[in-house]
Amino acid sequence: MTEPSTTRENATSSEQGILLRGITKRFGSHEAVSDVDLEVYRGEFFTMLGPSGSGKTTLLRLIAGFEVPDAGTISLRGVDVTGTPPYQRGVNTVFQDYALFPHFDVARNVAYGLRVRRVKRTEIVARVKTALEMVQMTEFATRRPAQLSGGQRQRVALARAIINEPQVLLLDEPLGALDLKLRQEMQVELKRIQRQIGITFIYVTHDQEEALTMSDRLAVFRSGRIEQIGPPSEVYERPASEYVASFVGTSNVIEVPDGRAVLRPEKIEISNGPRTEGRTYAAGSVIDVAYLGMVTRFSVRLDDGNTMTVARQNSSGGSQINVVAPESRVTLSWDLNDAFPLTSHSVVETQLGVQAKGAI
Amino acid sequence: MSVREVTRERLGAALWRRPWLRGALILSPPLMWFLVVYLASLVALLVTAFFSVNSLTGNIAYQWTWSNFSQIFTQSVYGTIILRTVIMAVLVTVTDAVIALPFAFFIAKIASRRSRQAFLALVFLPLWASYLARVYAWINILSNHGVLPSIESHLGLPITNLAYTNVAMWIVFSYLWLPFMIVPIYGAFERVPDSLLEASADLGAGSWFTFRQILMPMILPGIVAGSIFTFSLTLGDFITPLLIGGSSSNFIGNAIYDSAINGGDLPFAAALAFVSIAIMAVYLLLARLAGAFDAI
Repeated sequence: MTEPSTTRENATSSEQGILLRGITKRFGSHEAVSDVDLEVYRGEFFTMLGPSGSGKTTLLRLIAGFEVPDAGTISLRGVDVTGTPPYQRGVNTVFQDYALFPHFDVARNVAYGLRVRRVKRTEIVARVKTALEMVQMTEFATRRPAQLSGGQRQRVALARAIINEPQVLLLDEPLGALDLKLRQEMQVELKRIQRQIGITFIYVTHDQEEALTMSDRLAVFRSGRIEQIGPPSEVYERPASEYVASFVGTSNVIEVPDGRAVLRPEKIEISNGPRTEGRTYAAGSVIDVAYLGMVTRFSVRLDDGNTMTVARQNSSGGSQINVVAPESRVTLSWDLNDAFPLTSHSVVETQLGVQAKGAI
Repeated sequence: MSVREVTRERLGAALWRRPWLRGALILSPPLMWFLVVYLASLVALLVTAFFSVNSLTGNIAYQWTWSNFSQIFTQSVYGTIILRTVIMAVLVTVTDAVIALPFAFFIAKIASRRSRQAFLALVFLPLWASYLARVYAWINILSNHGVLPSIESHLGLPITNLAYTNVAMWIVFSYLWLPFMIVPIYGAFERVPDSLLEASADLGAGSWFTFRQILMPMILPGIVAGSIFTFSLTLGDFITPLLIGGSSSNFIGNAIYDSAINGGDLPFAAALAFVSIAIMAVYLLLARLAGAFDAI
């Protein structure tokens, strides 16, 4: 059997985006990143997902060059940049706090990278115009950062980074400070811009929904290591561990004949009708009902003592909501094929270029 | 409820409804102090500068005259003193800024949390000792048989005799006022988020470009704040010139002292003090024009 990862590793350097090998970073006695291997392909929207303190931001800062790894190598398009200072890497960053220069107006902020490279004035003006158009900030060119809203600052920070046409754009929780509506708009916008300019995005977030929505692939981090790497559907449908299952989406862990398995809430039906062949049934009583708009979420305590979370689409109007009231008896049913077994080999078989070292 | 409690509650409520009244009550004691002690004495000083002294009786003649000022601006000795004082104040300010910039940057941005406190303590440490003691210590260092010449002779270097020169004054002033320059610049550096420096590096800028384009404009208010201290403290000093300066090292302060105490000519001393104040006002105006107060 040829390992898929091997073929990818032999890819020519022009196809290669970022290659991390055995990256370790310690702060004092704390190991923030532990022996991480990772490859990000060119033009990919790659997300590093994890709770705070899981090492995802540290890894991003290592790629940017703000930190130096204690062990391991970082290559960009086949070139080792481990010892290269940030200003000599073909990488730009969008910072969590935007890090706009307060004493410059928007246009001057965006032009900064070009001014550093001594690009001709006329070209700077033209490229600033294009960059501001791309993030729809043309009319704010003469404003100072203090005169902008959070979302606008975010756009300026983005324009300031992409104007340099980096090989890789690093985004450190860029939407963290925005409210939900703006966040969702910016998610769409970021995807559009990424498609438009076609460069690699590495996106750090702790928001699993954001990670699932935007990424081509995502890596789930846990205490300095990568627990699983894969496309969103893969990570969601076939979580490599209980940790991934619980961090990405809501999940129920059930006992199956050969161990434990993950069952997503939307795969479970509340059914009081006739039983069908091949489905698994369990009776219990509803302990909580939460109406979430698109779906209603039920917590059901089964008679065997386990609690299951069930999601049901609110497809047939509001009348359905009251059908299942708290305390009422229900029968849950699911197809065992929808339950994904939690076994150690599931990580290795993640059909993707990279294995998550040290997972499970 | 007693009458007293009721009154108190009503008074509290009345104050709560009128924020301006609360503000006025809080501000009035310091404001009174400011008006009476500070502004009034300043006005008295200003007015005195336009009086003269009756040379026969030694009493102050309360008649308006420009004679004090015309004397200051026509007698070359005062021009020299004023020029010497201003040049020294500028030199000391520049010297302190040059020393303080890298030092404050190191404390604010590079040193660890623990060593930062230690460094700040070191900066403040000299301020706990008396000014006079510190100046005398420098006499011990610089004078003929002092520490510096003896080190020089041990090392076989040419022996300098700096005590009682303008160079000695320059060194001692720079030493005395350095903490007043370091602290505001340190504060300014600390207010610059690290992410701005990272962003600048991320966008391709080396240290020097970042320093000129990002750091310098952002810490300029701190430098100006520090320079106001170093400049004005040097401008108004008369003890260091007296103790460490040479025979021709009089400052404006020494001239004031001479006129007021030795000469008994208070109006003339007031006029000299007025020149000091005017120089400081010009300095603040220049700082303002340079945009140093834009951030406040």
